[in-house]
Amino acid sequence: MADKLPSEFDVVVIGTGLPESIIAAACSRSGQSVLHVDSRSYYGGNWASFSFSGLLSWIKEYQEENNGEEWTAWQELILETEEGVALRKKDQTIQHVEVICYASQDSDEHVEEVGAVQKNPGSVTSASTNDPPDSMVTACSDTSELTTPLSEPEAAREVPDVDVTLGNENHGGDTDCSQSPLEQEKAGNLPVGEDVVDAPKKNRITYSQIVKEGRRFNIDLTSKLLYSRGLLIDLLIKSNVSRYAEFKNVTRILGYQEGNVLQVPCSRADVFNSKKLTMVEKRMLMKFLTFCLDYEQQPDEYKAYEECTFSEYLKTQKLTPNLQHFVLHSIAMTSEESTSTLDGLRETQNFLRCLGRYGNTPFLFPLYGQGELPQCFCRMCAVFGGTYCLSHAVQCLVVDKESGKCKAIIDHFGQRISAKYFIVEDSYLTEKTCSNVTYRQISRAVLITDQSVLKADSDQQISILTVPPVEPGSEAVRVVELCSSTMTCMKGTYLVHLTCPSSKKTAREDLESVVQKLFTPYAEAELENEELKKPNLLWALYFNMRDSSDISRECYNDLPSNVYVCCGPDGFLGNKNAVKQTGMYSCSMSSFWNSALPCAYKPTSGTTSSPKPSLILIFLLKFSQNTLDPSDTLLRNVFSRVLDLNSLSSATEMLWLFPPYLFSQGQHNSLHNRCLIKNC
Amino acid sequence: MHGRLKVKTTEEQAEAKRAEREQKLKLYREATEAIFQKRQEGQLDESVLELTSQILGANPDFATLWNCRREVLMRLETQKPPEEFAALVAAELGFLESCLRVNPKSYGTWHHRCWLLGRLPEPNWARELELCAKFLEADERNFHCWDYRRFVAQRAAVPPAEELAFTDSLITRNFSNYSSWHYRSCLLPKLQPLPDAQPPGRLPEDILLRELELVQNAFFTDPNDQSAWFYHRWLLGRADPQDAIRCLHVSRNEACLTVCFSRPIIVGPGIETVMLLVDESPLPVEWRTPDGKKRPNHVWLCDLPADSFNDQDSQHSFFLMWGDVQKECVLYKGRKESWCRDSATDEQLFRTELSVEKSTVLQSELESCKELQDLEPDNKWCLLTIILLMRALDPLVYEKDTLKYFQTLKVADPMRASYLDDLRSKFLMENHILKMEYAEVRVLDLSYKDLTVLCHLDQLLLVTHLNLSHNLLRSLPPALAMLRCLEVLQADGNAIETVEGVVNLPRLRELSLCDNCLQHPSVLQPLASCPKLSLLSLERNPLCQLEAAPEELRVLLPDVDRILT
Repeated sequence: MADKLPSEFDVVVIGTGLPESIIAAACSRSGQSVLHVDSRSYYGGNWASFSFSGLLSWIKEYQEENNGEEWTAWQELILETEEGVALRKKDQTIQHVEVICYASQDSDEHVEEVGAVQKNPGSVTSASTNDPPDSMVTACSDTSELTTPLSEPEAAREVPDVDVTLGNENHGGDTDCSQSPLEQEKAGNLPVGEDVVDAPKKNRITYSQIVKEGRRFNIDLTSKLLYSRGLLIDLLIKSNVSRYAEFKNVTRILGYQEGNVLQVPCSRADVFNSKKLTMVEKRMLMKFLTFCLDYEQQPDEYKAYEECTFSEYLKTQKLTPNLQHFVLHSIAMTSEESTSTLDGLRETQNFLRCLGRYGNTPFLFPLYGQGELPQCFCRMCAVFGGTYCLSHAVQCLVVDKESGKCKAIIDHFGQRISAKYFIVEDSYLTEKTCSNVTYRQISRAVLITDQSVLKADSDQQISILTVPPVEPGSEAVRVVELCSSTMTCMKGTYLVHLTCPSSKKTAREDLESVVQKLFTPYAEAELENEELKKPNLLWALYFNMRDSSDISRECYNDLPSNVYVCCGPDGFLGNKNAVKQTGMYSCSMSSFWNSALPCAYKPTSGTTSSPKPSLILIFLLKFSQNTLDPSDTLLRNVFSRVLDLNSLSSATEMLWLFPPYLFSQGQHNSLHNRCLIKNC
Repeated sequence: MHGRLKVKTTEEQAEAKRAEREQKLKLYREATEAIFQKRQEGQLDESVLELTSQILGANPDFATLWNCRREVLMRLETQKPPEEFAALVAAELGFLESCLRVNPKSYGTWHHRCWLLGRLPEPNWARELELCAKFLEADERNFHCWDYRRFVAQRAAVPPAEELAFTDSLITRNFSNYSSWHYRSCLLPKLQPLPDAQPPGRLPEDILLRELELVQNAFFTDPNDQSAWFYHRWLLGRADPQDAIRCLHVSRNEACLTVCFSRPIIVGPGIETVMLLVDESPLPVEWRTPDGKKRPNHVWLCDLPADSFNDQDSQHSFFLMWGDVQKECVLYKGRKESWCRDSATDEQLFRTELSVEKSTVLQSELESCKELQDLEPDNKWCLLTIILLMRALDPLVYEKDTLKYFQTLKVADPMRASYLDDLRSKFLMENHILKMEYAEVRVLDLSYKDLTVLCHLDQLLLVTHLNLSHNLLRSLPPALAMLRCLEVLQADGNAIETVEGVVNLPRLRELSLCDNCLQHPSVLQPLASCPKLSLLSLERNPLCQLEAAPEELRVLLPDVDRILT
């Protein structure tokens, strides 16, 4: 980074995870000058997606011993009247990384990822996968065996300009995957991939094939799906960021019962077509689901059970045990022991409301992986003039002793960059700042397999499966299985993500039992009968990720009031938390202004000068993070004035300055204009 | 296009919009006028195509302009070399498609496409099927497109199995689709034609069972969706009964022959030809209906000339032919009357429209409907289907159950209470006719049955005594005139206001109409045509209050011996 950055911005955003990227885009869109930096060399932080080789280098990074080195140079760069809040030099949110390779490593050639762009030749170490004595290699014990050429992470590549499919409601999820011609051509030229599709049994996938085809993989660190009526979808549509991404509808909701994986019928068409349910079960299920859609209207039906758990309530309904299981684990996706009736009904309702918007399941998956989303928002930010620096670390925040406000950062070159507002991702904060914070952990596993957990007519299925807890007290495991048409794995393979809240020491301890239930290690599979088939495991990665969601601001020590903390990914399926914390929570501004503001700030008579857009943003940030201090006179005055604007036109004018409101202008309609039969 | 907020406009914007609209209107009018003028002048060339395409592109529902285009195309076909005309047709197809995108439900556009495709020497049917599939994907219930698809499938001779698979795929997506179910009902009988002996339009049992399962899935998933129930009824239904002469009756005293046909017809030259042979020689006769009106009727009768039969011969045979069907009746010496008829019990005439060769199918359908009814006690479609299935299985055994379900159904569907009352009356009458025929009597007692209408009167040709007392009848309808043998009719305790049906009944002796709503003696005018009527009871009718009533009645009905008021 030879060019010197400007030394002043309105907003500095540190970290390129989803919430930080959304804020950066919003600030930039509303005319703020934004500097967006990330100390990593890729976008997304713990929200990133990697090609196979990219993931291997990520693994290597986290398996290296952390020497706990901290920044020190900044101490000489601050003034008498200033104080520094040091930021972390090395990320420590990932632990217990374990890699197991089951696929045979039969090739002794030098294997390289096809088409890997080596933008950073200095860091490339060319290594081979020598034929190991054992077919199974645990990377923990011998990491060098698995190193492959490093490359610029896949996540950083250009997002192809593709047709927007969001907003195009209810128009089959299957039609919106279009491989770019280039990619199709490539795939056609690769005999390996083709053979795999034609005869997966004969031509077994080897580790070197995976490495060779590594560019086909886009492996998410965080496995999430988008609820089709969720906040993130709304935001993507309203902000028009959706045009930078493409989505596919999840095709199946699966359930796990008595050792079998089953498809869960959840829409009317599913119920109609299901061969597993009896006629009576069909009626019972439809009746219950119809009730859940507007359960609030019929309080008599559930009032008596409000004190019970949802699972007990389900037992009182006319549902067979089979159906109870489906509703509890696969539709409401709630816990058997702890979820209350009301929460269960609410979750079921949420699920059902999302059905049918884009297809037969409530979920969407972004093509090329979840890591696309932060990048899309970054792109929006950049389009409106935001400045981006990857591999750009920040040593410390500079706090003015007198005002207690943060006024600048000092980057790794020692350059001082001042700004009015600072957004910092939680993982950048040091132990000193976070000494009072207790973090939870998420257990993750990423698997590459050769078959779907539930075979169907089409091998291009995107499935979500909830495996209920084995023993009371342990957690349900969420499994998302992605097929190659999601552009996250090579042909003939499936990418499987497992996620659960950590309860044991390591991710592997938490998840391995579920992995064993669903899959067979590749080596053993050779001996087995071809008929009774579990999918074969080719490769597995386990790790723990820190869950920094839901941390109250008060837990952080000495944080200046103009520094806002964004948390990393949480363990939930949706992206609600990420969007909520960005202050975009109420994108529909009318409801926001009507409900929230008048309670907080009563209008008083005053002048009509407009508040600065940044103040409005900060107000919303504070509001959504529940850090709004009623005694904050500045904000109070500003918003008293805003609310005093009784005439609609000037109030509208005011709202124009406000990012979420800006997002909802114009573009929304043009999306809807794309008529259903555009392909006709 | 849903969910778009209406944007409030300022005065200025409204004005601008108005001006814009006016401008558009002007252009529209000018183009229309230009077209009409050219058409009048017979100037049918490509310029008309161009002009009409401007307007039709915006408003494809302008039928006259499609006609214009048709005229132009027909003329150009004769003038242009084939290659040039082929290019025109290709352009026309593309234009039609763009119009369909403007309005996928435009009659004119679809019709024009049919017309065009029908004229092409080598139409690309595969492409048309694809077009239909696309439009049906956008709106699976666009019946215009369904119509067009049937046209294409027929012209392209698409195998029924393929079209069936197509309906499958749409039903899988959303089964609330009348068009798709209906198309199935047309395709299935073609799939595997039955041997000739079977009535046409029915399905082999394996297909039937498969369809029943499919449709059951639909109504268990959503019992309030009508489309599935209607398809279910079609599946269990049967083809229209074949033509038959149900009954032939000869009366010596009245010198009259009465015929009952299986459907209402008009007998007469050029309409329905009926030939009567008496003792094997044709006899020309004058046919008339019982009420004297020349309207379609089940029952027709004719007077027999006195020389056509006498009491000397041991027997006379009467042979009637109607199209392919015939019936013979023999009157023996010493007998006053004779008849030959199909019995309702043998022919199962009343087993509603549901009828399947194997009652096990019906039985299992009944079981599953009852199961559904347990879950959805108030579902009217389910209740009605249960009733129909019970009727089809055995009307007499299930009589009590049926009446109970009618009660529930009336509560569940109060909007159709009167319809249900009529349906119930029909079923009850059917049951009593069956019982009467089993007992081989000519007396029918229908008192205290809460009947609201009289049905199947054509089946009562031979009845001599009919008791309709204490029901909810409001009239004695014209069809009652079919009861040619009726001698005694009791209809006390109803709400009868008119008696049009008691007309020309040759044998009627006694008529009792006590406790009814007869307002004035004049309504009894039809009775004057019954020659043998000797006892008429009219007690407790409003007309009894009239002072002049007895006198008026005597004038009106001079041949009736006793009139009780």
